[in-house]
Amino acid sequence: MDARIDSFIDRIRDASARGATLCIRAGGSKDFYGNPPGGERLDPRPLSGIVAYDPGELVITAQAGTPLAEVEATLAAQGQMLAFEPPHFGDTATLGGCVAAGLAGPRRMSAGTTQGGVRDFVLGATLLDGRGRLLRFGGTVMKNVAGYDVSRALAGSLGFLGLIVALSLKVLPRPRVESTLAFELDEAATLARLNAWAGQPLPLSASGWSRGLLMLRLSGAEAAVKAAQARLGGEVIAAPAATLYWNALREQQLPFFAGEAPLWRIALPSTAVPFATDDPQFIEWGGAQRWLRSMAPAATLRARAAALGGHATLFRGGDRTTGVFTPLAPALHAIHARLKAEFDPAGVFNRGRLVPGL
Amino acid sequence: MQEAVVEERPEVIAALRRLLPPRALLVDPEDTRPYDCDGLTLIRQRPMAVVLPETEEQVVAILALCQGMSVPVVPRGAGTGLAGSALPLAGGVLLGLAKFNRILAVDPRARTATVQPGVRNLAISEAAAPHGLYYAPDPSSQIACTIGGNVAENSGGVHCLKYGLTLHNVVRVRGYTMAGEPVEFGSLAPDAPGLDLLPLIVGSEGMLAVTMEVTVRLVPRPQAARCIMASFADVGDAGDAVAALIAAGIIPAGLEMMDQAATRLVEPYANAGYDLEAAAVLLCESDGTPEEVEEEIARMSALLRAARATRLQVSTDEAERLRFWAGRKNAFPAAGRAAPAYYCTDGTIPRRHIGQMLRSIQAMEQRFGLACPNVFHAGDGNLHPLVLFDDADPDSVARAEAFGAEILEESVRLGGSITGEHGVGVEKLNQMCSQFDAATLEAFRGVKRAFDPQGLLNPGKVVPSLHRCAEYGRMRVTGGVLPFPELPRF
Repeated sequence: MDARIDSFIDRIRDASARGATLCIRAGGSKDFYGNPPGGERLDPRPLSGIVAYDPGELVITAQAGTPLAEVEATLAAQGQMLAFEPPHFGDTATLGGCVAAGLAGPRRMSAGTTQGGVRDFVLGATLLDGRGRLLRFGGTVMKNVAGYDVSRALAGSLGFLGLIVALSLKVLPRPRVESTLAFELDEAATLARLNAWAGQPLPLSASGWSRGLLMLRLSGAEAAVKAAQARLGGEVIAAPAATLYWNALREQQLPFFAGEAPLWRIALPSTAVPFATDDPQFIEWGGAQRWLRSMAPAATLRARAAALGGHATLFRGGDRTTGVFTPLAPALHAIHARLKAEFDPAGVFNRGRLVPGL
Repeated sequence: MQEAVVEERPEVIAALRRLLPPRALLVDPEDTRPYDCDGLTLIRQRPMAVVLPETEEQVVAILALCQGMSVPVVPRGAGTGLAGSALPLAGGVLLGLAKFNRILAVDPRARTATVQPGVRNLAISEAAAPHGLYYAPDPSSQIACTIGGNVAENSGGVHCLKYGLTLHNVVRVRGYTMAGEPVEFGSLAPDAPGLDLLPLIVGSEGMLAVTMEVTVRLVPRPQAARCIMASFADVGDAGDAVAALIAAGIIPAGLEMMDQAATRLVEPYANAGYDLEAAAVLLCESDGTPEEVEEEIARMSALLRAARATRLQVSTDEAERLRFWAGRKNAFPAAGRAAPAYYCTDGTIPRRHIGQMLRSIQAMEQRFGLACPNVFHAGDGNLHPLVLFDDADPDSVARAEAFGAEILEESVRLGGSITGEHGVGVEKLNQMCSQFDAATLEAFRGVKRAFDPQGLLNPGKVVPSLHRCAEYGRMRVTGGVLPFPELPRF
């Protein structure tokens, strides 16, 4: 490990001296995401392997270049999982890329224990920053409030602060039972039902709606799932078909996601009214994530999302050159600029990928 | 602990007087005394002034004034924190936010509550109760502590394993930087653009921004809850039982452990019915639908028996369940009655080391000549040893502090953390030098500068200076007992 770390430090110092920028990229499964990548490629995959995993601790520590599939297979062998159900977007996905992209799957807005996005499950991280410093944030225990929680801020940071070297994540037991129900409902009725159900003690673990069909997943103890199933009604979907559906949703392989039309991710309070558009739409996360295939101008979509209390991201396709994320408020932008100056003053890492110009 | 002499700056007081009504500015030492310390009563410091603003405009004006005149500001909620995060500074202004105590909105459909920072933790759950909802994090001080303080400390409680910490239950924080600029972290929609700064703000101990408004997530109140009380003849067995439950795929709603000294301490006051012959007692709670609870209680009972539990008792009604918990929740007050003073520490360790940690603490009891009952958030590996001492005896005080410090050092050696939920404040500055290396501590200073370039918002807390770490390294050579106990060490 040390010799490998040293060689990365050499690369960082060399790039810093030359004023070059490095683009952190393992398999490139998420090249499509964020502002356009640029600069010389830095492949973190020499940093690979699971460092520690004790199922009784509910914690796994692995190097950032470890294949995501390897991490998930290791957990599955012990009946555990990454509860944020991350999309892979290809066979080459790594754990580091998964956390740096910060993307969670269908289970994100579930009830109870498994509620949460990527950052909610990060416990610690080792980071090589733009100064070539090896930094260790957080730890390997569930509760740890020593120092600022920089490790969690790495989730979704797209390399802004540096190269993630290793991660410790909280993992959870796989649910004992899962069941999927289908309902024929329009958009407004779907939003009303999803929000009403989320306020009740029901073992919801995923929702997906498009074109008049709501799919709802229940996860948990057998008794709880059975009771909820009896209460909610709907049509029970056979397990193999249900698994195919949720995996295809997670990996964006459902027909909705096919084709070249720009894919927008509209993040809203779950109770926001229908986004009101003629564009094809797919609703997830109990109403909080609404995918749109739209040619509408970015400004139009952003204004509509902001009016509803959320934000719009050009997720895939379209013209990325004007910035895919909603611009930051001035005071927040200034904090980002100062954080960048502290961790990566020469702008070595992933310049502009998260915040244009930084 | 010796106080620093207050640096009097009449021009600052005069400027504050122009901003605030008389009732919102305290300067006389008689009036400011209640603010001289927070829950870490071993360390006190008189501030130059206490300000108790009543409007957001006043807060902004105070920050602008202090930034302009280079006056440090220490924010404070209810002052129940146990690490000295809200300890005043001699040349500083203490910014009390308790008057901002309004619940602004409860939205049952969105399952959120938006509240001012001075709202008490429990008041949120009370306001949400008519909708069948509640705010999950329940620090033991929840009747008094404020949500602003919970955000500052990333407070936990006895249900964190299943329901998460403050961070997992807060979606948005609105406030001001030290420069008085409005900032909003997180949002009602998932994944606000840019870096996710909420995990930096939550747990920042009031050093990065001043919180003015918090939106929390509310969750449905479980229909049923039952608790198992399990006895063990050996603390190691109890630790193994905790690991066995979790390895079997169960996430109990609560999983608490008390050693024999703790049960014997609390039983006379709580009458909880604890097995006083057991070396350790575990409380394992299940919540959910009645069917779910029944299933989980059966599974947990079988696992506990297999893990050599000597006696199991399952609560049969709500009164009995609350009685089981009454002892655990009264551990601190009971310690307060059993000894002139007690010192509660807050390390976290990997669960597999629970037995080893208890044996280490027993050895320390001999070495420091002080008793130390233990209560644990066992599911999280979060320990709260209660070092009993005599606060009228300087030698006893010094031994108690050294005892606490040694427990934290042992937590780090076992791969854990010096604080699970109480924060670093001024109390654990030295142990930060053990948990983090110099480069990471410098990176923390960088984070602080990014939010507060002039270093005026609650400076001197959480992140020790390099000089201090060098000093601490030398002090540790003397072994256990700190030299010069009369010197301020913060």
